[in-house]
Amino acid sequence: MTQATEVLLPASPDEAVAQFGDGAGVTVVGGGTIVVPELTYGRLEPAKAMLLTNAGLDTLAREGDTITLGAGLPVQRLTELAEDVQALAECALNVADYEIRCQGTVGGNVCAKPGQDAPRGDLQGPFLALDATARSAGADGEQTEPFEEFLAHREGRLLLDLRFERPAASAFSALTYPHTHTYTAIAVSGVRSASGEKRLAVTGSAGHGVRLRGAEGDADDPGAAALRDVELADDALASAWYRERALPVLVRRTLSMLEEST
Amino acid sequence: MNLTVNGVSRAVQSAPLTSLLDVLREELGVTSPKAGCEQGGCGACTVLVGGEPQRACLTPVGAIDGAEVTTVEGLGPPEELSPVQQAFTHHYAAQCGFCTAGMLLAAEAYIERGGTDDREAIQEALSGHVCRCTGYVKIIDAVAAAARGDSFDLTTTAPGAGMTNLGGVS
Repeated sequence: MTQATEVLLPASPDEAVAQFGDGAGVTVVGGGTIVVPELTYGRLEPAKAMLLTNAGLDTLAREGDTITLGAGLPVQRLTELAEDVQALAECALNVADYEIRCQGTVGGNVCAKPGQDAPRGDLQGPFLALDATARSAGADGEQTEPFEEFLAHREGRLLLDLRFERPAASAFSALTYPHTHTYTAIAVSGVRSASGEKRLAVTGSAGHGVRLRGAEGDADDPGAAALRDVELADDALASAWYRERALPVLVRRTLSMLEEST
Repeated sequence: MNLTVNGVSRAVQSAPLTSLLDVLREELGVTSPKAGCEQGGCGACTVLVGGEPQRACLTPVGAIDGAEVTTVEGLGPPEELSPVQQAFTHHYAAQCGFCTAGMLLAAEAYIERGGTDDREAIQEALSGHVCRCTGYVKIIDAVAAAARGDSFDLTTTAPGAGMTNLGGVS
């Protein structure tokens, strides 16, 4: 199975962009936590696989209040941002366990296709709420665009980094299970920007994370508004019925935490 | 490709996308990492790569060309067990043993990065490791003892002597 696959091992971001090209037939392997089981069980037989381990994309940079995260940054390293963006650190700590977090990458998490029986991409929520920008490469060359737009057409793109401004406050609420190894059934991330704007996003509700614009603008009943923002799905983790009852609670809880944050 | 496995340089012929677990078990004959779920969920295949715990089943060997890999065979010979191995022995922290190699390496790494005997912290550190015998109490006892630096005379460890939580055999 793996013998026929051409393996690309870029040694710099520029090499990664060049080898990725238009992305045709290329499977990107960040930490391997999602792709390798697919290979092992024969569910994926890529023509080309690009291993990003040595591509130099594992950067975490601060410039004033601007934070830039390389796509190859291990998820565990987001905990270093606990004082900057508590929601991002909390969301990261909600992903699997220490070893998986050290191996899995930010890019792999946010770019993962939806699973067959469970949602993926827990980190999409905080990045949507942060109104992050995504820099990626692919058929149309390099692009920098809102993360929300990147999410919609991420297949065929090589994510290079995510950039956002340090918010005034952030909060994260999740429907959690007693053990750590399921994906999160549903979670809400919230941010209050330096200018006072509140932004909310949900993950676990559908194919990928969704910005809750209706809830952001409805001070009277943001929980009910959130239900109009997103189409909830059934999967092995939870039913749409269950998520419909959890989402308003998580929205109100997140907003309450944002109110209390200084 | 080349790996240094338990201090010995080994050439690797497998394709780069082959999992480190398959390389260790099938090509190099190192069988302590166990093939449990083979999708990162059970922790039985955990090894140390450059000193950090990593799921061998999720690691394409091409991504770690040249790395130092430590398995439980590299922790110490039977007559010179590591402190964590001694603690597991004293506290009878293995039943069927399938998860033990992964537990040991995760515990070694936890203590190496400054982990204490705080039980919640140990549970969090080992949360990716499933014991199918559900022997978690003794495992956490053992890791806590090793984190404290307890010492054991295994020549006098009586059957059940470490079973403090379940009523020891005197």
